[in-house]
Amino acid sequence: MSDQNSPGTHGQQSEWWASESFWRKCAVYVTGFMAFVLVILTFHTLSVIAAGADAGRVPAYSVINHRIGYEYDEQRSYQVPVIGPEAPLFGEVLSEDEARKLVDLGKLTVQARNCMNCHTILGNGAYFAPDLTKAWLDPLWGNEAARELLMTMFLKNPASNARTFGSNRRMPNQNLTDEEIRGVIAYLKWMSAIDTNGFPSGFTPLPQGESS
Amino acid sequence: MKLGALNYSELTAGQRLAVKYFSVAMVLFLAQMLFGLLAAWQFLDPTFLFEILDFNVNRMVHINAMIVWMLFGFIGSIYWLVEDEAGVPLVGVKLGNIVFWVFTAAVSVVVLVYLLVQGGPGETWSIWLINEGREYIEAPRWADIGIVVCMVAIFYNVFATFTKGRWSGISGVLVLDLVALAGLYLAGMFYTTNLPIDQYWWWWVIHLWVEATWEVLVGCIMAWGLIATLGARRRIVTTWLYIEVALMFGSGILGLGHHYFWIGTPEYWLGIGGFFSALEPIPLVAMVVHAVYDAGKHDFRSTNHPALAWLIAHAFGNFFGAGVWGFMQTLPQINLYTHGTQWASSHGHLAFFGAYVTIIVAFIYLAIQKLRGDVWMSGGTSGAWRWKWSMVLLHVGMVGMTIALLIAGYEQAFVERAVGGSTWQAYFEAQLRPWFVQAMQWRMFFGVVMTAGVVLLLWDFIRIGVGETRAMRKVA
Repeated sequence: MSDQNSPGTHGQQSEWWASESFWRKCAVYVTGFMAFVLVILTFHTLSVIAAGADAGRVPAYSVINHRIGYEYDEQRSYQVPVIGPEAPLFGEVLSEDEARKLVDLGKLTVQARNCMNCHTILGNGAYFAPDLTKAWLDPLWGNEAARELLMTMFLKNPASNARTFGSNRRMPNQNLTDEEIRGVIAYLKWMSAIDTNGFPSGFTPLPQGESS
Repeated sequence: MKLGALNYSELTAGQRLAVKYFSVAMVLFLAQMLFGLLAAWQFLDPTFLFEILDFNVNRMVHINAMIVWMLFGFIGSIYWLVEDEAGVPLVGVKLGNIVFWVFTAAVSVVVLVYLLVQGGPGETWSIWLINEGREYIEAPRWADIGIVVCMVAIFYNVFATFTKGRWSGISGVLVLDLVALAGLYLAGMFYTTNLPIDQYWWWWVIHLWVEATWEVLVGCIMAWGLIATLGARRRIVTTWLYIEVALMFGSGILGLGHHYFWIGTPEYWLGIGGFFSALEPIPLVAMVVHAVYDAGKHDFRSTNHPALAWLIAHAFGNFFGAGVWGFMQTLPQINLYTHGTQWASSHGHLAFFGAYVTIIVAFIYLAIQKLRGDVWMSGGTSGAWRWKWSMVLLHVGMVGMTIALLIAGYEQAFVERAVGGSTWQAYFEAQLRPWFVQAMQWRMFFGVVMTAGVVLLLWDFIRIGVGETRAMRKVA
C-alpha cells in the first residue's frame, strides 16, 4: 500500500460537503437520532402490545374463554378480531393465569417442534404449509361444534387426518401429548384474536354463533 | 513466499485465522446448498424423506448454515484486514485460535442435534438444548450464549489490535458496528408467551443485522477491498463509507418498521415502516456508484481479477437483491398480499446472495492470492475459465431461482391472498396452479445449476494460482 493510502494521511482539502469530517458527523448524528427515535417507539409499542393492555391489540390470555370473530370494521376499513360472548375452550372457563399457562405450553410446543420452518405465524416463517394466524377460524373446520374435536384429531395424527387438496403435502406426526395438543389449540385461538391491522385480508371465517 | 505454492506457514497469524474461518465457511456453504436442494425437492415430491428428514429440518439447516457461514466469512474477512489496517500483528492470537475451534465445535454440535434430535417437548429445556424454533435464530440458548462469548472475544482481538497499532475511518466504523452487531443478538435471547412481543424483538435481531449492521460491515470490508484490489484513494473511500453509514442507518433503523405491519403492533408502523424502508435502496445505489466509479477510475486494472469481479457483483447484487427486490414488496399496500408468500423467499435468496455471498467470495480470492505467494491473478491467469464459469453458473442459478420464486409469489399473492382470502383451501389451490408448480420445478433446476457453480468455485479455490510463476500486479 502506498504512503498516500496509509490511514490517517490527509490529502488536499475538499469542499465542506465532500469532506470526511462533515460526513463523519452526519453518520454519527443520523445514526444516533434514528436509534433514539426507535427506542422511544419501542417503549410505546411494548406498552401497547402487552397482553390485555387497554389498546386492545393483543388480548388477555383468558380471551380463549370467548368466541372470537373476524369482522369488517367500517372505521378502519379492514377486518378486525371481535371478542364475542363466552365460549370456553374445551368447555372449561379458565382464569387469566390458567389460560396464560395453557397458551404458554402451546407456544413452547410450537417452538420446540419447529413449526415455523413449514408454517408462517403472523405471516412469518416458511412457505411449505399454510399460515396459522387465523387457523382457529379457518372455514375448513366446517362448523363451530366440530372444530375442537377435529383440531385435536388432526394434531393427534396429522398424516392420516390430512386434507391436502390433492397436493399430497401432509404434516408429519409431531407425537404431541394430549396436554400439548390442548396448549397448541389454545395458542392458536388466542393468536386469532390479535389485531393484525387487517392481515389476512378478505378472509372468510368459519360460521359461528346463530348463523352456524 | 514461493509463487504458486501453498504458503500457509508464512502467512501472518491473523491471515492464518482468516483462512481457517474461510475453510469452515465453505464447508457450510456446500451444506447450505445440499439441504436447500432437499427442501426444494420436497416441494415437488412431499413424500420424499417424509417423517425422516422433514421439510422443517432441511429448511432450518439450509438457513442456519447460511447465517453461520456468512458470519464465519465476515470474521475471516475482518481477521484478514485487521493487521494491514492497524499496521501491527494481531493481538491475542492464542485466544483467537481457541475461539475458532470452540465456535466450530459448537456449530457442529448444533447441526447434529438439529438433524438427529430435531425437536423436543413443549418445555423450556427444549429451547435451551435443542431448538429455539424461531426462524433464522433457531440455535438453542446455550449456543446463543456461546456465540456472544465468541463474538466478544473476537471483538477484543480486533479492538486491541487497532488500539496497539493505529485507528482509521474504516476501523472506527468497523469496531462500532461490531459492538452493535453483537449487542443486537441479545435482543433475541429470551422467551415470552406474548407472540407480538416475541416477534417485535426477533426482528430487532434479523432486520437490524441483515439490513443495517451487516450492510455497514460489508461497507467496511468493501472499502478496504477497493483499496487492496484497485489502489483506490483512502480519503475518497472513507468519505464514501461515512455517507453509506449515514444513509444506511438513516433509512434502515426505522425501516425495521416494515416488519411491524401485521404482527399486532400499532398502526403508525405502517407509515413509518413504509416510508423509511422505501428509502433503504438509496445507500445501495451509493455503493454501486462508488464501486463502479473507483473501478473505472483505475481502468479496471486490478491486482486480482476474480476478487474485483465479485466486488462489482456485490455492488449490483446488493442493489438488486436487497434494494429492488425488497422495495417491490415493502409498501404496506402491497405487502398485505405478498407477506408470507414465495415473494419473500425470492427476495431473501437474491438479497443474501447479492449482498453477502459475493463479497465473502471476493475476500476469499484475496486470501488465496496471498496464500499462493502473491501470485499474478490479473488478466491471463491460467485456468481462469474456472472462476469465470463458476461465477456465471452461480449467477444464472441464483437469478433463475429468484425469478421462479417471484413468479410463484405473484401467483400466490393473487390466487391465495387477493382472490382466495388466505384460507387454507385458497393456500392449497394456489400451490397446485401450474404457474406455481412449474416455478418450483424451475427453482429446482436452477438450484442444481447453482450447486454446480459452488462445486466449481470450491475447485477453483483449491486450484487457482497453482504453478503460476508471475508475481502479483502492483497497484498505483
